[in-house]
Amino acid sequence: MVTGKKTALAHSITTVFLTIFGALWLVPILWTMYQSLRPYGEVLKYGSFSIAKTINFQNYYTALVQSEMWRYFINAVVVALPAVLLTLFLASMVAFVVSRYSFAFNIPLLMLFTAGNLLPAQLVFIPLYRMYLAIPVPHFINENGVLYDTQLGLILIHVAFQMGFATFVLSNYMKTIPKEISESALVDGASVWVHYSRIMLPLLRPALASLGVLMTTWIYNDFFWSVALLKTGNKRPITAALNNLQGEFFKDYNLLAAGATLAFIPTLIVFFALRRQFVAGLTLGSTKG
Amino acid sequence: MSTTRTDLTTAAGAKAPRRRRRRSNFTKKDRAVLFGLVGLPTVLHVLFVWVPAILTVFLSFTFWDGIGGVKNIHWAGFQNYHQIFTLYDAFPKALRNNALWLGFFAFVPTPLGILLAYFIDKNLKGSKFYQTAFYLPMVLSLAVTGIVWDYVFRTNGLVNSLLGNTNSETAISWFGDPHKNIWVVLGIASWRHIGYVMLLYLAGMKAVDPSLHEAAGIDGASDWYTFRRVVFPSLRPVNVIIIVVTVIDSLRAFDLVFIINRGRNGLELLGVLVYENIFGESSRIGWGAALATMLFLMSIIPIMVYLYQTFRADD
Repeated sequence: MVTGKKTALAHSITTVFLTIFGALWLVPILWTMYQSLRPYGEVLKYGSFSIAKTINFQNYYTALVQSEMWRYFINAVVVALPAVLLTLFLASMVAFVVSRYSFAFNIPLLMLFTAGNLLPAQLVFIPLYRMYLAIPVPHFINENGVLYDTQLGLILIHVAFQMGFATFVLSNYMKTIPKEISESALVDGASVWVHYSRIMLPLLRPALASLGVLMTTWIYNDFFWSVALLKTGNKRPITAALNNLQGEFFKDYNLLAAGATLAFIPTLIVFFALRRQFVAGLTLGSTKG
Repeated sequence: MSTTRTDLTTAAGAKAPRRRRRRSNFTKKDRAVLFGLVGLPTVLHVLFVWVPAILTVFLSFTFWDGIGGVKNIHWAGFQNYHQIFTLYDAFPKALRNNALWLGFFAFVPTPLGILLAYFIDKNLKGSKFYQTAFYLPMVLSLAVTGIVWDYVFRTNGLVNSLLGNTNSETAISWFGDPHKNIWVVLGIASWRHIGYVMLLYLAGMKAVDPSLHEAAGIDGASDWYTFRRVVFPSLRPVNVIIIVVTVIDSLRAFDLVFIINRGRNGLELLGVLVYENIFGESSRIGWGAALATMLFLMSIIPIMVYLYQTFRADD
């Protein structure tokens, strides 16, 4: 009986604790969404903490169409999509070699990639910025003729950085695939390329999906690199463009709320639709598969 | 880990003659393919990450205004470091804030994340809902996070409305007051960090042998006691990773303060100072590089710990 009471008490403490924290977690997001649905004039008159008399999507329309925010979404796709695909492709190649063949360089190479991914971006970007100013690109990519201020440059640094993490995750995942599969392929006389592209790559699909979801979110959410490597505001993906929009919309906070909501809605959709992959991706990288 | 290795030959430490024999099994084309598979990604990674990183360390010992070409780089010895330590007002503030960030993260959100994982793991009614709520901030960018919380803490925002004073003259300025804003920012950063700690912990707890739980239960140990004495110690690898992630995140902090006020007026951080020295009004590459090098030196320890923890079993 006593233990029963004790458990009941423990349960209610847990519930109270979780409810308070759950509210703390959701209120800022819901509050911003609430502000985004209200006209600025009304908030000015009654304050932000008031019951809305008008609720509409006018701010969304203004942000998306009149302020041409849609451009930044296209920029985000143009950067994230190739960056993720290229990262997965390159990382799977290294992961394949280090997990399927015994070379002396396997562990040092994996360490190099893993450590590289953990370096602070600030350490890398001073010379990188100068390098980007010096690397020539054809004029159809950038009229200034250099890699700096191009989306291609942004893609490359994302690939170079994220590859460290992806290689580590994929090699861990590949080590869990039975070696008999590889052995039978070799007995059949499969070349290295066939072994990689026809046998291992298809088996990696679940890990690639998880990593893909995770890295799309990360690259979509990147702020530092986009701000540092893209000078032209119009080229920036949505997350970094919020910095400009903040300046542009600062007179109309409800408009900015709509802009911010628009920026995070895609990640929320991805999260709710692909939560399993998202969580799996994060766990794959931290604890060993 | 050593048991899950699936190399086709014996471990990497195999004797040289053996390896040579192994390699001779590759055709010329196979060798070229292998070389490409490893070489291409490695070159890209080294060229864009490691080469600049090492160049930064070099630049920290030079004077360069960044305007002239590479010819204008002059050797400076430790002068950049000396100047930063003696002349740069923002530096001690940034150092203190980074240290505060680390200390706060270690003692508040990290234990809270673990505690929440413990509660969620009990699988009470609605725990799926709470779990989703706690994970949500992880998918928001720090830039969006900064804006979202601005609506809560701005002069006429939610908190001041609840406190009953939204007057722009007299209300509390949560982001403007240099004594308050760093704490507000730490709270916001925690909002994001807690979910990540919780996620790592829940994954770790699922992997704990259930028989450990049962044995402790039979011995009459309470849930909390079992967690503290049985589950927590058995999660040592996860604990190490969480410590590493916490330290590295504290050193890398940038986005949130940058979007709030560009890291000024009480929100100075080393990461922002690097940026300001390169893109700010006065372009002092040497100072920026020296600050970045300090960040690097501080990150080396957690990175080494992480590598050791991760690759130890493989050797």
